Amino acid sequence: MLRGALRFRAKPGLLGRGLNTRKGGSTLDWAGKVPEIKKKIQSFLPGGDWNPLYDTSHLPPERTDVVIVGGGVLGLSVAYWLKRLEKQRGAIQVLVVERDHTYSRASTGLSVGGIRQQFSLPENIQLSLFSVDFLRNINDYLAVVDNPPLDLQFNPSGYLLLASEKSAAMMENNVKVQRQEGAKVCLMSPEQLQNKFPWINTEGVALASYGLEGEGWFDPWCLLQGLQRKIQSMGVVFCRGEVTRFVSSSSHMETMSGEEVTLKRIHEVHVKMDHSLEYQPVECAIVINAAGAWSGQIAELAGIGRGPPGTLQGTKLPVEPRKRYVYLWHCPQGPGLETPLVADSSGAYFRREGLGNNYLGGCSPTEEEEPDPGNLEVDHDFFQDKVWPHLAQRVPAFENLKVRSAWAGYYDYNTFDQNGVVGPHPLVVNMYFATGFSGHGLQQAPAVGRAVAELVLEGHFQTINLSSFLFSRFYLGEKVKEHNIF
Amino acid sequence: MAAPRAYLHLVAPLWNGGTRGIRGMSSAVAPEGNQSKWGKLLQFLADRFYDVEALREYLFQKQVSKIHQKNRFQGKEWIRSSGRGHYSLEFLNFQATPVEAVDASGCAINYQGLDNLLALKELQSLQLQRCPHVDDWCLSRLYQLADSLQELSLAGCPRISERGLACLHHLQKLRRLDISDLPAVSSPGLTRILVEEMLPNCEVLGAEWTEGLKLGPEKQSRGTASPIPA
Repeated sequence: MLRGALRFRAKPGLLGRGLNTRKGGSTLDWAGKVPEIKKKIQSFLPGGDWNPLYDTSHLPPERTDVVIVGGGVLGLSVAYWLKRLEKQRGAIQVLVVERDHTYSRASTGLSVGGIRQQFSLPENIQLSLFSVDFLRNINDYLAVVDNPPLDLQFNPSGYLLLASEKSAAMMENNVKVQRQEGAKVCLMSPEQLQNKFPWINTEGVALASYGLEGEGWFDPWCLLQGLQRKIQSMGVVFCRGEVTRFVSSSSHMETMSGEEVTLKRIHEVHVKMDHSLEYQPVECAIVINAAGAWSGQIAELAGIGRGPPGTLQGTKLPVEPRKRYVYLWHCPQGPGLETPLVADSSGAYFRREGLGNNYLGGCSPTEEEEPDPGNLEVDHDFFQDKVWPHLAQRVPAFENLKVRSAWAGYYDYNTFDQNGVVGPHPLVVNMYFATGFSGHGLQQAPAVGRAVAELVLEGHFQTINLSSFLFSRFYLGEKVKEHNIF
Repeated sequence: MAAPRAYLHLVAPLWNGGTRGIRGMSSAVAPEGNQSKWGKLLQFLADRFYDVEALREYLFQKQVSKIHQKNRFQGKEWIRSSGRGHYSLEFLNFQATPVEAVDASGCAINYQGLDNLLALKELQSLQLQRCPHVDDWCLSRLYQLADSLQELSLAGCPRISERGLACLHHLQKLRRLDISDLPAVSSPGLTRILVEEMLPNCEVLGAEWTEGLKLGPEKQSRGTASPIPA
């Protein structure tokens, strides 16, 4: 019996523990317990997320204010600025829906990471200028308590664009516009170019423009991770799922001239979970289409473009995925540390990568040679036939090089005029676009995010006026052509 | 072996903030072989007692602080602050004279602050040693001094990496460049070689190619006692 009693006391099991130690460490005082109890009460009152029948913790919330379709750098940037520009803390509830949490096909991670101000449109230049400012002060914008600062690994080496005889006049015009907007660009003649960069073969080059400040390349993953960390700390909900359906309601209205117009409003977004048939209908007020290369599919889901061609209802979102290859090669006698990102007049471009004489580059194919965007397989013959000859002609040292690796990524290519689409759709009134940037989405993401957030919160652009990037230009046929795309 | 910083500040109020630390200081001391007996005794004591080490640093800093934080005008001597940080009013007479050299070592100058220095179009020598906020972005602005800058020192700046050094190629008139003790540069030796190739007329100091190299296998086994007899 004594042994039994001893055994009882020795085991610190049921009787040994005090009542307070039942749950791990909940020795909170009363003031600490009140918010917990409040949260529990709110969750089962009507309007909360709690479902008594089954566990829904893995599903997105039942209702939210803004649903952002696409968790790449543009989607996260919009989420960040929405939370940053909201008038009261917690005023806007944002849900970001991303179907691939590994970002294996997202354009952000596969990007070469360059940023430049050498565009021909003033809006593009202003977007880039603000974005480079954002990147420089990224630790002021995206600081999270107790987390280490971000190191973007920015290379301020600039962009060097080369122009042949026929594009020299346009380059001069462009540089004038860039300088007016405040970009630091200088024009160089072939002799100056040869002096500055002796490894270039200036045959066929009539003019060159060189960015002196605020241009270069950086690590896009770092920006993505910084944004993710920051917006999670600001209370944005992330969901790993795919948008499969929009439930909307229409209302018929008449314009001033008596035409019938059908305005649509999206009420619910059906988010399907990964690897399952389960879906959650999320009630929302605003949907932001930041799905990158797949924005066209999302727009079709919302009924954009379903109508007779030539009308506003029949105008589709002209954004489609275009596959682009990037090759990494090693060249022992290649250009030195000062090499900027060189973009040849033929469309081929390259930049240095690291200290070990490795270079990254590629070329945009012509319309006829466009590869099939169904997969991300790399075509190595494309390098042999289309990229290497141009590179070797421009930089003779590149005649001996060895390709180390290659990858492919998508441009969210705007087939209309290769510029971004920003702003609401005229008929589906609560779908906002932030897509279609055709290869320069990453470098303009911070500024575009702010513009879309201003549109959503204030109703008009406040800092940079992107009215020329609205959807209506596709119907009106007004092309806003950007000449410096490669 | 590092003495606590707070203690050092108490001892020497004349110091400007942002010292490089003990390693930096001891590199300025004469190497072992040349020291006299007194020097060796002092070294021995400094290794063992914080007080002696701090005293040595204090005396050294007093010497050094006499030539810190000053500007030099064309043909004139350095203009420096008095002991209390006040400048004599005579420098107002020099408003029209171009500034030739600026020593901003240890100053908390940043990207926006560089506006003031970049306006000096005849600047020949710029010392930015141990500036805690000078980073790659700041270096990308230095191209505006390309016509006149001949000497640049970036030693000990914690935020500069090889990516910022790549923008120094605009400074073709540079004759002396000091890139020693840059902790954020990943391979100092390789960076120095690449910078020397980039600026052929410039003498590059610091970032010895032996830095960052590991000992070979024979040296390592000589250092540690090998348990198995050879």
